[in-house]
Amino acid sequence: MRDDPWLDRNSGPVVRPYALTGGRTRPTGETIDLLATVTSTAAAAPEELPLEPEHVEVIRRCRQPTPVADLASDLNLPLGVVRILLSDMREHGLITIRPPMRTRLTDPQLLKDVADALRRL
Amino acid sequence: MPFADSDPDASTAGPVSIKILIAGGFGAGKTTLVSSVSEIRPLRTEEALSEPSVLVDALEGVEDKTTTTVAMDFGRITVRDDLVVYLFGTPGQHRFWFMWDELALGALGAVVMADTRRLADSFPSVDYFERRSLPFVVAVNCFAGAKRYRPDTVRTALDLNPGVPVVLCDARQRTSSRDVLVTLVEYAISLISDSEVLSPS
Repeated sequence: MRDDPWLDRNSGPVVRPYALTGGRTRPTGETIDLLATVTSTAAAAPEELPLEPEHVEVIRRCRQPTPVADLASDLNLPLGVVRILLSDMREHGLITIRPPMRTRLTDPQLLKDVADALRRL
Repeated sequence: MPFADSDPDASTAGPVSIKILIAGGFGAGKTTLVSSVSEIRPLRTEEALSEPSVLVDALEGVEDKTTTTVAMDFGRITVRDDLVVYLFGTPGQHRFWFMWDELALGALGAVVMADTRRLADSFPSVDYFERRSLPFVVAVNCFAGAKRYRPDTVRTALDLNPGVPVVLCDARQRTSSRDVLVTLVEYAISLISDSEVLSPS
């Protein structure tokens, strides 16, 4: 008897989002940081590509640069799935993905600004 | 990056994002802290099905653990138009460290939420951040009904390095949670200043 723990009646949440990725669980290409900024390259989805509603939604939301974590939360999709969507879209030139700016974390003035701003909350 | 040179948006790449981790044992107040001080939203991760810890869980037949979905507390504080602080509340158990490795990368630091009734629950978080040399503060969440401990007692119990701040907080209070974050940022600043004194460039 086949006893596959992934395909029991509770496994829906695993299977469904990954249907969107064609069953893949890993994105291709350069690693996509949680706080990388995604920007659409075109205002609207090109008609010649077979896009899912989620792709179209990414294009719409990322007309303004949007961090990956915000996007995953807004789309209510797991991060792993969003990363695969984004890597596909990057390959097709639909979006650009910019790594987060990290160098300034060693800048005491920036951190002082953060502390001051938090104090005003 | 084929379009890097011609990208007209190079100067408007979005705000600088600061990442802060909120760690600690189950029920220590992570969600409470994130929601009192920021716009909180759920963020799900769903890692590869081949994660060994997941297989172990599944084979043990734990009814509710057939998926690898982990919900994080995801909070956003817009400090300025060009500066955003992100809070990531993550489960403290070892089996979630695959997420932590990514979250810790480039993070400003971490808050370890401690519940004095179950202080041992915060050991893994403390160990983790010590090993990663990531600045962290311990926030003792003062639950109603829990015995109050002095910060020094908690420091000794957790065997913390002398410099690590230990603060008492009430995670339900916005100002109290905010002060915890301020303590962390100030501690991170002090570590930068220290390293500059020790190794002038």
